Amino acid sequence: MGKHVVIIGNGISGVTTARHIRKNCSETQITIISSETDHFFSRTALMYIFMGHMKYEHTKPYEDHFWAKNRIDLLNAHVNSIDFENKSLLLKDGKTLAYDDLVLALGSKPAKFGWPGQDLDGVQGLYSYQDLELLEKNAVNAKHAIIVGGGLIGVEMAEMLLTRDIKVTFLVREENFWGGVLPKEDSQLIGQHIVKDHHVNIMFQKNLREIKADENGRVKSVIVDETGEEIPCEIVGLTPGVKANIDFLRDTELEVDRGILINEYMETNIPHVYSLGDCAQHRVAPLYRRPVEQVWYTGRMMGESLGKTLAGKKTKYTPGYWFNSAKFFDIEYQTYGTVLNNTREGENTFWWQHPTENIGLRLVFNSSEFTFIGINVYGIRLRHELFDKWLNEQQKVQHVLEHFNDANFDPEFYKNHANAILAAFNQQFGTNITAKKKSWKRIFNLKAS
Amino acid sequence: MKGLHIIQKLGLLIFLIGLGIFTSSSFFGEYHFTENAVNKTFSEKQLDNIGEELNEKMVGKTYNSPFALATKIKAIYNTKNEALKANQDWDNVMYDSPSNLSFAALQNSSQGLFKTSVGLMFFLTFGLAILGGLMYILPTVVTLGPKGIKNDGIYHSSATNRGWIGYLTFIYLVTFYITLYYYPYFVVNQVGFVSPISESISGNAASQWFLYGFMYCVVMLVMGVKMMIKYRHNKYQIIRTLSVLFFQVAFAFLIPEILVRFNMPYMDFKNAWPLDYDFFFDWNIDSLKSSGNIGLFMLVWGVALTVIIVPVMVYFYGKRWYCSWVCGCGGLAETLGDPYRQLSDKSIKAWKLERWLIHGVLVFAIVMTGGALYTYFTGAQSVLGIDTYDLQKSYGFLIGAIFAGVIGTGFYPVFGNRTWCRFGCPLAAYMGIVQRFKSRFRITTNGGQCISCGNCSTYCEQGIDVRAYAQKGQNIVRASCVGCGVCSAVCPRGVLKLENGPEEGRVSDNPIIIGNDGIVFNNLDA
Repeated sequence: MGKHVVIIGNGISGVTTARHIRKNCSETQITIISSETDHFFSRTALMYIFMGHMKYEHTKPYEDHFWAKNRIDLLNAHVNSIDFENKSLLLKDGKTLAYDDLVLALGSKPAKFGWPGQDLDGVQGLYSYQDLELLEKNAVNAKHAIIVGGGLIGVEMAEMLLTRDIKVTFLVREENFWGGVLPKEDSQLIGQHIVKDHHVNIMFQKNLREIKADENGRVKSVIVDETGEEIPCEIVGLTPGVKANIDFLRDTELEVDRGILINEYMETNIPHVYSLGDCAQHRVAPLYRRPVEQVWYTGRMMGESLGKTLAGKKTKYTPGYWFNSAKFFDIEYQTYGTVLNNTREGENTFWWQHPTENIGLRLVFNSSEFTFIGINVYGIRLRHELFDKWLNEQQKVQHVLEHFNDANFDPEFYKNHANAILAAFNQQFGTNITAKKKSWKRIFNLKAS
Repeated sequence: MKGLHIIQKLGLLIFLIGLGIFTSSSFFGEYHFTENAVNKTFSEKQLDNIGEELNEKMVGKTYNSPFALATKIKAIYNTKNEALKANQDWDNVMYDSPSNLSFAALQNSSQGLFKTSVGLMFFLTFGLAILGGLMYILPTVVTLGPKGIKNDGIYHSSATNRGWIGYLTFIYLVTFYITLYYYPYFVVNQVGFVSPISESISGNAASQWFLYGFMYCVVMLVMGVKMMIKYRHNKYQIIRTLSVLFFQVAFAFLIPEILVRFNMPYMDFKNAWPLDYDFFFDWNIDSLKSSGNIGLFMLVWGVALTVIIVPVMVYFYGKRWYCSWVCGCGGLAETLGDPYRQLSDKSIKAWKLERWLIHGVLVFAIVMTGGALYTYFTGAQSVLGIDTYDLQKSYGFLIGAIFAGVIGTGFYPVFGNRTWCRFGCPLAAYMGIVQRFKSRFRITTNGGQCISCGNCSTYCEQGIDVRAYAQKGQNIVRASCVGCGVCSAVCPRGVLKLENGPEEGRVSDNPIIIGNDGIVFNNLDA
């Protein structure tokens, strides 16, 4: 029998770690502990359960027999505390569990900022399976919901509630939607879609002052900080972001800041204790990356590296260029490279928007060399592999546009916007770029045989 | 909005009234059984056998339902036939279908409203159902909201989540197919309602198969409108739906009927063997051979379709060119069946069953057809002690009727809309083998963008666990994929694309998930 790796958390980070230990080593004994659900499910798909697109079982990426087949033990239990010195976990039911290596993949929880009334009935975030169950309860008989914070989870929550005919009002701190992340035009495209097409009320530059309770201790209204206005509601969604789920580890010998502090091998300050995913914070951020990244892909990629390490093949976490995607109601969004809400010194930017459809494109590039830095697309799908390649090759933005048809990943027969985009770019920057026809050879980089 | 919802509810009501009148027409009518009707219905041999008894017991009487008349005829026919068999009077034993005789007898003796007011009855059945259906469907352009994926509430509805409406629909569909195949006299009135249409196209009175073909087209057209509204943001879905509608109405329905009008053999030019399992039956070959040049052309076309066109097209475009663009079974599955696509079983167990069943049916079709051709060319009735006609008959019953019809369509609300295509269709099996091993078609996975949400797998009508590939960064190359494109449509992150590309690198056994520069995978077991 090999060593015993215990992983706390059965989200994408913990499960990927377990899978990659098993891929690389058949000896290691693996236990995954979670008190959320018996099996791994896709957290990003919670909204689809609520909206009736799927049932919980559909959100499980692996059939239930997968775990036994790969000898990954699943334990539904809650860890109350960790005895790092004796390498032992104390569980809620009083039992203990010994480990050789410990992986803390604890995830996040909705952030709350000390608002009066933030723990009332009817006030909730959306992160866990339990949050989903709670929202099912809160949605019964609700007519109006206030969502505080316009980010990805807020949009999901709005979309969910609208399917139950619950009116939604957003309180957004920024002057544009998701304005801390998206450039202005990008934000406006999304914001208008949400407001005009889906009849969500967005109040920009508004903060929450207080949540008021009725006589039963349930939410009855919120007070807007800037205006003092009182808005009646039956649900308050708190979605200003998430924070690391590490409260029970504060004031232990484990070094934590916003998250559990780790190096490039996901090692914490304590030997044999590792951390990754939402709850981890890099002491030194990896190249092109931020120290804390609470996204699915980051958890998965860290798990791939940590799994190898724990299987005896020590592997550094070296993520490539940033990429992400999301869907805002009906608008799909993809991003590759770095696009910030405000261009940095030495950067130039280009925005193109379809005159009638919810389709847009943002390019960021070096203003003197025209080196491509990043792209946001809305309503257009792009090939990840090609953009990763172009970013690695430090290609110029002209090259990207010239080969835009290679990168298009829209379904067949979709209208191609490459020429419209190029014409706008040429006009704005005085260039003379023409789009090449799509070439399979370039896409797959086939060698001439 | 509110007004539109009222129109929709009214539409549903009108549809149900139309369906109700259509269905209850099976239980009423006025059938005056005259000597004339007897003579028109029965052959001389039959009259020699049972003519006297028919005269004595039935002629001159009026019956008030198809069932009443049919049971009498069947009883007389069967009693006589049993007696003849018992006496080993083989010269006189009859080999007809008493159900079909009853059907003809009913047609020849029908009177009253169902006979005199066919136009009115057509309006009260088909007319109301179509009108109501469209009143329900057309307002969804507005009521469904902005264009995009429209799967809200699918698992909350008892119609689409195996609830009571689903099971009621299932019972209705199965009953319909069993009636159509084995008790056609129950639909004799409905056949009458569409007979003027048949007469105007082919010059002949309608049979139950004309009724079925007409209904098939109507249902596909109306539900095709629903499909196109639902996926109106997705051009692939719209063009594909228009294509299946065209091939159904023109190739499966109109052209064969028109051919009959010009005394040419009935042929559906897009129906390829082995789906068209009786193409090589002796009666069909004889009929084609005796029809001059056009018959010869049909024979050559039928062979070329299976041997050349199908595999070449599958090589270039995947089997979707047939299953999702041309085929009638696929067409019904993608229109009437679209609301049920999520009900297919995605487990590995189901996949195993699928491979055994569908390839088993293919082998059955090949053996059965081989036997038919053997008998055709040698005249020998049996091969290895198996009667080749029995083989044809059992294939027709087990596969042609029960599997393709009763299970294939009847079970839409229970097992999903592609049950036949996935588990039974021998043509799909044949094309699947080509698609898996020699084709340019694949569903490409977009780097590392998959979030394992499961929409693709849930809405795969063929029960492919698309996510299992997508989350590994692996292309989806599967024999069963019919290329409907819905996995790509429902993906919230733009991860999946149906493509015809170079064969090189199509099957990615060593996928690399993009984004993590430190990792290259070698082993895919876990």
